[in-house]
Amino acid sequence: MSYIAKPKVVHPGLPRNELGLSLRDYEGGMSTLCAGCGHDSITAALVQAAFELSIPPHRMAKLSGIGCSSKTPAYFASASHGFNSVHGRMASVATGANAANNELTYIGVSGDGDTLSIGLGQFCHAIRRNLNMLYIIENNGVYGLTKGQFSASADVGSKAKKGEVNQQPPIDPCLLALSIGCTFVARSFSGDKEHLVPLLKAGIRHRGFAMIDVISPCVTFNDHEGSTKSYSFTRQHYQPAVYADYVPPAQEIRSGQAAGSVQAVTMHDGSRVLLHKVGADYDATDRLAAFGYLSRHQAGGAIVTGLLFIDESQPDMHEVQGTPAEPLNSVSYARLNPGQRGLDSIQARFR
Amino acid sequence: MQPTDISNPSYFHKVVDCQWGCPAHTDVPGYIRLIAQGRYTESYMLNRQANVFPGILGRVCDRPCEPACRRGRVEEKPVAICRLKRVAADLRDEIDGLLPRAPERKNGRRVALVGAGPASLTVANDLLPLGYEVVIYEALEVPGGLMRSNIPSFRLPVEVLDEEIGMIIGMGADLRLGTPVKSMKALLAEGYDAIFVGSGAPRGKNLRLPGREEAAANIHIGITWLESVAFGHIGKIGERVLIIGVGNTAMDCCRTSLRLGAKSVKVMARKPRQFFKASEWELEDAEEEHVEIVVNHAPKSFVVEGGRLTGMVFEKMAYEFDGRGRITAEKVLGEELIPCDDVVLAIGQENAFPWIERELGIEFDKWDVPVVDATTFEGTRRGVFFGGDAAFGPKNIIWSVEHGHQAAISIHRYCQGGDIRERPPYGMNLATAKMGIHEWSFSNAYDATARRVVPQVDLKERFRKLDLEVELGFTAEQFTKEVERCLNCDIQTVFTDKLCIECDACVDICPTRCLTITPDGTEAELRGRLSAPAENLEQSLFVSGPLPQTGRVMVKDENLCLHCSLCAERCPTGAWDMQKFTLTVPYAGDLPAQATPRAKTGT
Repeated sequence: MSYIAKPKVVHPGLPRNELGLSLRDYEGGMSTLCAGCGHDSITAALVQAAFELSIPPHRMAKLSGIGCSSKTPAYFASASHGFNSVHGRMASVATGANAANNELTYIGVSGDGDTLSIGLGQFCHAIRRNLNMLYIIENNGVYGLTKGQFSASADVGSKAKKGEVNQQPPIDPCLLALSIGCTFVARSFSGDKEHLVPLLKAGIRHRGFAMIDVISPCVTFNDHEGSTKSYSFTRQHYQPAVYADYVPPAQEIRSGQAAGSVQAVTMHDGSRVLLHKVGADYDATDRLAAFGYLSRHQAGGAIVTGLLFIDESQPDMHEVQGTPAEPLNSVSYARLNPGQRGLDSIQARFR
Repeated sequence: MQPTDISNPSYFHKVVDCQWGCPAHTDVPGYIRLIAQGRYTESYMLNRQANVFPGILGRVCDRPCEPACRRGRVEEKPVAICRLKRVAADLRDEIDGLLPRAPERKNGRRVALVGAGPASLTVANDLLPLGYEVVIYEALEVPGGLMRSNIPSFRLPVEVLDEEIGMIIGMGADLRLGTPVKSMKALLAEGYDAIFVGSGAPRGKNLRLPGREEAAANIHIGITWLESVAFGHIGKIGERVLIIGVGNTAMDCCRTSLRLGAKSVKVMARKPRQFFKASEWELEDAEEEHVEIVVNHAPKSFVVEGGRLTGMVFEKMAYEFDGRGRITAEKVLGEELIPCDDVVLAIGQENAFPWIERELGIEFDKWDVPVVDATTFEGTRRGVFFGGDAAFGPKNIIWSVEHGHQAAISIHRYCQGGDIRERPPYGMNLATAKMGIHEWSFSNAYDATARRVVPQVDLKERFRKLDLEVELGFTAEQFTKEVERCLNCDIQTVFTDKLCIECDACVDICPTRCLTITPDGTEAELRGRLSAPAENLEQSLFVSGPLPQTGRVMVKDENLCLHCSLCAERCPTGAWDMQKFTLTVPYAGDLPAQATPRAKTGT
């Protein structure tokens, strides 16, 4: 970790967003992760995405569990709400927070251990509820905080730093999410911000559960020869299926943006996501096809990236549950607390 | 773009804006760090090596380093480089044992220096330790040239001058005071091995307007008048004084007038403020002393009544400008009479060489200025060199010092029989500043402290004595803060492309977004698509070779780099490192020994 604070000096040429804020207003504390950690690049991409979307920092909530990944919320948007929950329980805390106030932008940051082992159940049920949040998995295939044991996302045949070979099959979060009804499934790489930032923006604007699995190399325990989650292996086996481009609601789609085989998906708030398909046969709105494409290419050793599946038509948790749209903190005291009479009448309904 | 060649010393030299801006290439960050460590003597000696007169220049340098200072682009004000130099000079210990010495055994070569100003003194400083016999001819009774005669003692105390000049003369120069050189021909006949002319630009320009002759008693030529004041020949001036011209000499004239009894002093400028030649800080100092600076007044005539100057008539001017602020048209709005008792003309000065006969092979150009080679400082006659204001007209002390260093190299090589056009190369030394995983051998944290202001003698006090130094110098509380404002631009960010894994850590952490990993392109194109736009074209772009994993390049815009070392701290592979850059500037003493001696100049 660095001991000096990042100087507050702002480049005079730095652009400002609609709120008059610069990128630097979306930064957080100094990272204490290892130098070169992929997670820090994802943080920088989040800063960029939140800045470009002009989200007021105090209208965001950052949540995490335990692990290297889960330190991330401390490193961006200092002015936002934050909750660092117990291991694997971030999805539940996010569900509760969202139930109480669905007007905030929820960004959950988790890791392969936090999501695919201890938190797997929580993760799956948040997907089933179509909880309106962005859920990022910073996926490096190892438990970094405990010195580099294989995690549940480690590939068969992948070598640990000391040479042992993983023999247990991995859980692919994208295939898993597709299989249980996730409405936004994407994969990206921390070393490619041009690809990652539009995905983050689309994920934030998606109404429902947006899961982005980001390959994020662990420089300390998993960036060696024989690793399948190193910077160089990822770059060599990287296979984009779809490039996503995010177009804000008020902006026209430029002619250059829509060239070729482009699929436009309109989001709930009127913004659009343009999907530039690399293979002509790919359809990001066809769940079965996406599942098949992913399975086939995974078997061939490719790391398929892009916005793999999107479905804007599904109701989110609030719609399904019929809960009030307004945040509980803005409901009047009289309505929130109907008194003994009100309570009696509610209880009478269960007699 | 071509990958940047960082093995060329001038790339990193240019990153050190102050050192690049200093004609003598003073290692500014180096000496500021020494002050921060309390090593004032070492700081003084580091200064002296480059600029020879740290105590003098720490008070009156024209400080080209400060407008160049990166801190001035990062926030508003540059580091107070000049006044920190004075701190080193004021607080240093005894340095007798550290100064260069002349050897007992001379090398048998004799060199004549004309004028005992900063240029000649620098030549003497560089040649005496090599065993040269140096003879300095000075017209006045004291050495120092314009540093002595034209800079008022309330800015530059006589003791400071005497001490630093004494260090050079003390090495064994043969200083002949009160000995003006009246004939170059005669000087050549004395058989010196080389002659250096550092006689300055001693002639102040006159203003020939109606009434000039009649009112001559009360119209003074600035530099001559300052000299008379310096030597005690003039001790008072009228109550109402007009200074014509707004250069730095004008500022000295107006402030000197106030100390000689003037009650109202006006500096009359023909053009608006943005065209003033005086340094901003000298204008500020004069205005603080309630000197009035009157713009857009062009002198028309002197008014003489009863054989005595009573005022001056000016034309009131109006100007039109183009988009770039240049004057496109001017017109006269009317006339104004401004009453006065004395006028001081400070409208520029010229070289004057009535003593150089024109048949000696020393050519003069159409302005009657000697033709001098800008690299070797040799005139058109072999073995006769020029430097300081005598070479290319009025500049300033620090330029004279650099001319002196260069002329000394030429003279030494000339006397060795070598080719003086072959200049010794600049070199550099790079050594890592890394002391531990996150520790560096310099203070890398950015200090947001604002520029400190040098305390001055109270306005009521300062006019009591002509030679009362106005500036008191930084207090310890001030300079210990001011040194932390230096960004340590000499601690360079050095990149090794083959080590980079393109993790983006440096790009993400850079506070001023100097870094970008991007596909290669032309410079113009790259400048437009970096993390932050690189619009300052005077500042270099560093471009690496192709990076191992993707073939993209690392680009760094040097403009606003804070040298905070965060890129190197966040780099997992050591591809970025912070390295202390030391420019090795060649001096005459660094030339390799050569055998064939040259015949004497006059023969």
